[in-house]
Amino acid sequence: MFSYILRKLFSTLASILLIFTLAFIMFRLLPGDPVSLMFRDPRLTREQIDYLMREFGLNKPLWEQYFIYLLNAFRGNLGISFYYKQPVNGILIERLVNTLILLIPSTLCAILLGVVTGSISAWKNNKAIDKIITSTSLVLYTLPTYWLGGLLIILSITYLKLPVTGMYNYGVQYGSYIDRLLDLFSHMTLPFITLTLVSYGSFTVIIRSALVDISTEDFVKASYAMGFSEKRIFLKILLKNVSLPILSMSAIAIGTSVAGAVLTETVFAWPGVGRLIYDAVINRDYPLLQGSFLVISVSVVLANMIADLLYGVLDPRVRTS
Amino acid sequence: MRKANNSYYKSIAYIIKGNSDMKAGLAITALFVILALTAPYIAPYGVYDTDTSSILKPPSIKHLLGTDEMGRDLLSLNLYALKSTLLVGLLSAILASIIGLLMGIISGYYNGLIDWVISRVVDFLIAIPAIVLMIVMGSIFASGILSVILIIALLSWAPIARVIRSIVLSVKELPFVQAAKALGASDLRIIRKHIFPSVIPMTLALTILSIPNAIFSYAALVFMGVGSVEELNLGTILYYAYVSGSLASGKWWYFIPPGFLLVMLSLALMMTGRALERELNPRLKGEQHEL
Repeated sequence: MFSYILRKLFSTLASILLIFTLAFIMFRLLPGDPVSLMFRDPRLTREQIDYLMREFGLNKPLWEQYFIYLLNAFRGNLGISFYYKQPVNGILIERLVNTLILLIPSTLCAILLGVVTGSISAWKNNKAIDKIITSTSLVLYTLPTYWLGGLLIILSITYLKLPVTGMYNYGVQYGSYIDRLLDLFSHMTLPFITLTLVSYGSFTVIIRSALVDISTEDFVKASYAMGFSEKRIFLKILLKNVSLPILSMSAIAIGTSVAGAVLTETVFAWPGVGRLIYDAVINRDYPLLQGSFLVISVSVVLANMIADLLYGVLDPRVRTS
Repeated sequence: MRKANNSYYKSIAYIIKGNSDMKAGLAITALFVILALTAPYIAPYGVYDTDTSSILKPPSIKHLLGTDEMGRDLLSLNLYALKSTLLVGLLSAILASIIGLLMGIISGYYNGLIDWVISRVVDFLIAIPAIVLMIVMGSIFASGILSVILIIALLSWAPIARVIRSIVLSVKELPFVQAAKALGASDLRIIRKHIFPSVIPMTLALTILSIPNAIFSYAALVFMGVGSVEELNLGTILYYAYVSGSLASGKWWYFIPPGFLLVMLSLALMMTGRALERELNPRLKGEQHEL
C-alpha cells in the first residue's frame, strides 16, 4: 500500500512539473521576451516592471529564470496581471471558488443521473428504452458545449426568462442572504443545466458499458444459476462491482467536465477560471492566461491522483500491478 | 505488401456493404463534402454580398436562413463555411493519426525507456483537458489556419497512440513475427512487413473518429477568439453570433444552423468510425450501441 501511494505521488509530482515546464517554455516562446513585452504594455507602471524584473529574475540566464519561476510558482507567486494590475494568484483564488460552485454540483448531478439511466440502459440491454437512452447520451455527448448553452440562452429569452449572464444582478442591494442566494441560483440554473447535460452523456455510456462488461462474468452467471432474483443480482452484485470502474472513469471524466466548464463559463459570462481564460485571451493578458492554465491543469491532475488513491484503498488488486 | 493491401480494400468494401450504420454515416458525410465543394455554385449569395436593407432579419423567402448583422445571407455563409471546417477537421485528424501511429508503434515495439517516456506523455495528454492547452497554445502561436491544425494535431494523438501500442504489443508476440525475428529480419523490416499492416485498419477507424473531435476543437477555439476569426468556418459564424450580441437578443437563425451542421457532421463521422471499429475489433461486436 505504502509503495503504491508513493508511486502515485511521484507520478503526480512529475505531471505537475511537466505542466509547469510546459507553461514556462510556451510563454517564453512568445514573440519578444517577457521584459520587452511588459515595456510595450502601457498598462503596467514603471515600479511594477522593476518589481517583476527583480522578482522573476528576468535579466538572468534562462535556466536560472526557470528555477526562479518554479520557486515562485510553488510559493504561489504567479506574477501580476497586465490587465487587472493585481497579483494573479489573488484573482485566481476568487475565480476558482466561482468555478467550483458551478462545477461540483453539476458533476455530482451528472454522475447520479448517469448511474440511474446507465443502469436502466444496461438492465434492459438492447430493448427500446436502452436504445433511447444510449442515442440520447450519444447526441448529448456530441453537442458542442457552447452551442447547447446558446440554445438554452435562446430558450430563456423567449420562454424561461432566466438570467443568462453573470453570477449576480449588477448593483442590487440584497435584503438578506436568502435574496442573494436566490439570485445566485437563478443565475446558476442555465450554466448548471448545460454542464450537467454535457457530462451526463459520457457518464451514462461509461456506466452502461461497465455494467454490461461485468454481467458476462462467471460469478454473475453463477448467481443466476443459484436462483437469485434479477433485482437482487442487479442491486447487490452488479452495482457493487461496478462502483470501482465508475470511480476510475469518473476521474478521467473530471478533465472533460473542466473543459466543459471553460466553455460554459464563457457563454454565460460566469466569473470563473474558464471565463478568465477567455478574458485573458481577448486582453492578451499572458500572466493571467498562464496562471489560469496552471490552476486548471494542476487541479485536474490532483483530482486524478485522489481518484487513483481511493481506487487503491478500495481495490487491493491495483496496488500490485 | 501490395497483396495485403488489396485484401484490406476488399474487406473494407465488404464491411461497408453489409453495415447500415456505416452506409448512413458515409452517405451523410458525402452529402456534406458535396455541399462544401459546390458551395460557390449552389449558394444563393456570395460571402461579401451585404444587403443593408435587411440586417439581422429572420428567415424569409429571400433569405432562407435569415441574415447577419451586416446583412449577409446566412444560408450562403453556412454553405461556404463547410469547406474550411471539413478541411481543418480532416487535416488535423490525419496529422494526429500519423503522430499517434508512429508513437504507438515505437512505444509498443521497443520496450524500456522510450516506451516509458511515450506512455507517460500519453497519460499526461489524456488526463489534462486538451481544449484548455489548445486555447493557451493557440493564443500564443496561432496566426493562421495551419498553426491551428498543427496545435490540434499535437494535442490529440495520445488516445490513438494508446490503442496502436496495445495492438502492437499483441502482434509482436505472434509466432510469425517471432519467426521473422529468429530468421534475422531487421526491426525496420518487421515493422514494415508485419506490424504496420496489422495496425493500419484500426488507424483508419481512429482517424475517422478523430475528425469530429478536431472539428469541435477548431470550432471551440475560434469561438473562444483563438486563431483567425476572419477565416470563414462554422465556428466563426457562432463566434460572431455571440460577440455581436445576436445570441443574447435571441436571433436563433444566426446561432442554431451552424451548430446543427456541426452536430450532424460529427454524428455521421462517429457512426462511420464506430461501425468500422466494431468490425475491426470483434470484442466490441456484440455491443450494438457502444459510444
